[in-house]
Amino acid sequence: MWALLLRDIRLSIRAGGGALVGVIFFLAVIVTIPFGVGPDLNLLSRIGPAILWIAALLACLLGLDRLFQADREDGSLDLLVLNGDRHTLALTVLTKCLAHWAGSVLPLVVAAPLLGLFMNMEPLGIGATALTLLIGTPAITFIGAAGAAVAVALPRGGLLISVLVLPLTIPVLIFGVSASYGAVADPAPFLQPFLILAALTLFLAVVGPLAAALALRHGTD
Amino acid sequence: MMRLIAENLGGERGGEAVFSGIGFALDKGEALIVTGPNGSGKSTLLRVVAGLLPVTAGKVLVEGGGEAFPTVASASHYLGHLNAMKTALSVEENLGFWRAFQGEPALSVEEALETVALGGLGHLPFGYLSTGQRRRVSIAKLLVSHRPLWLLDEPTAGLDKASEERFAGLMRGHLEGGGIVVAATHLPLGLEGAKELRMGQVL
Repeated sequence: MWALLLRDIRLSIRAGGGALVGVIFFLAVIVTIPFGVGPDLNLLSRIGPAILWIAALLACLLGLDRLFQADREDGSLDLLVLNGDRHTLALTVLTKCLAHWAGSVLPLVVAAPLLGLFMNMEPLGIGATALTLLIGTPAITFIGAAGAAVAVALPRGGLLISVLVLPLTIPVLIFGVSASYGAVADPAPFLQPFLILAALTLFLAVVGPLAAALALRHGTD
Repeated sequence: MMRLIAENLGGERGGEAVFSGIGFALDKGEALIVTGPNGSGKSTLLRVVAGLLPVTAGKVLVEGGGEAFPTVASASHYLGHLNAMKTALSVEENLGFWRAFQGEPALSVEEALETVALGGLGHLPFGYLSTGQRRRVSIAKLLVSHRPLWLLDEPTAGLDKASEERFAGLMRGHLEGGGIVVAATHLPLGLEGAKELRMGQVL
């Protein structure tokens, strides 16, 4: 499993940098917002956490279609499925998700505090948003894996995956944003939505790979 | 005593039955050459045996695989049309990955590359190799981890004469070591005494 994790991280760094594209997309979305809503600093700092979360969510979806498709195109997927008895296929999928998250999504989390400055957010809000992104974005990858596994055989599955996955990520978005708000707005709680967010990630870490493994096992042709 | 048994096997592709009523039994050290015209279901048969496509009728199983190889999938090396290598990684990294992932390590990466006469090319990115060289790396993948059952789909496609002969030697070595080979091919593989299964005659 270590070998698979290392291989996928190495590929995400080497094969033309999917990570960098995601970060640039993230930056582009965030930079566009002040032009759209106008230079009202109070408004920007109020909607900042939500915008960061939505932009990060969209950037997460960008590279998802390649999660299994790249392996399918060169035949590796057959061997990953064939070794499903030796390593449980769901664990293989989980490993691929973690590698995808470390290679393509973690850079977004690292870039988020910097982009928070564009939204005139205060340091506490930036810290809270970055923390919720760190805990919440793996959940998006796990849901996305199930979508990517379903659409693996489709030549242009990227858009379909986004449409499939976006509605399912809404709970993650809701609790991620409300925890970020809870840290700065006084009456709103931080800990409760944050813990629910963590629970969502743990829950989806089991359900997502299981669903993806099921789809992959029945999707080979 | 390892045995691969298929009974009354049927397979389909996209809802259409491609073959049915295929049966064979292979003891260790035996090879089966699957021949037949294009579209007769050779590749489909291999994928059904490997478990990559569902068995629509009959059954396929291994007997006597012991704890290490209880199922056909766990006992098999599958060499398909695609090489299952990443062009962005070096040859060594690719083989090293499969050796670690597939478990049951056999030859080291260097030894396997020497065996397919690609010694000293391990540092090159896989994408720089020619078609025949890529195929040889894929064959080296069979050697880095141990599996008793080799499922080979057009294994010699793209190989030159010398490489074909070398590969025939590898297969003979595998059979002498108690392995089983099932190969779908149009070209003679140089295996004496192999059983033959002609597809596309009875349906």
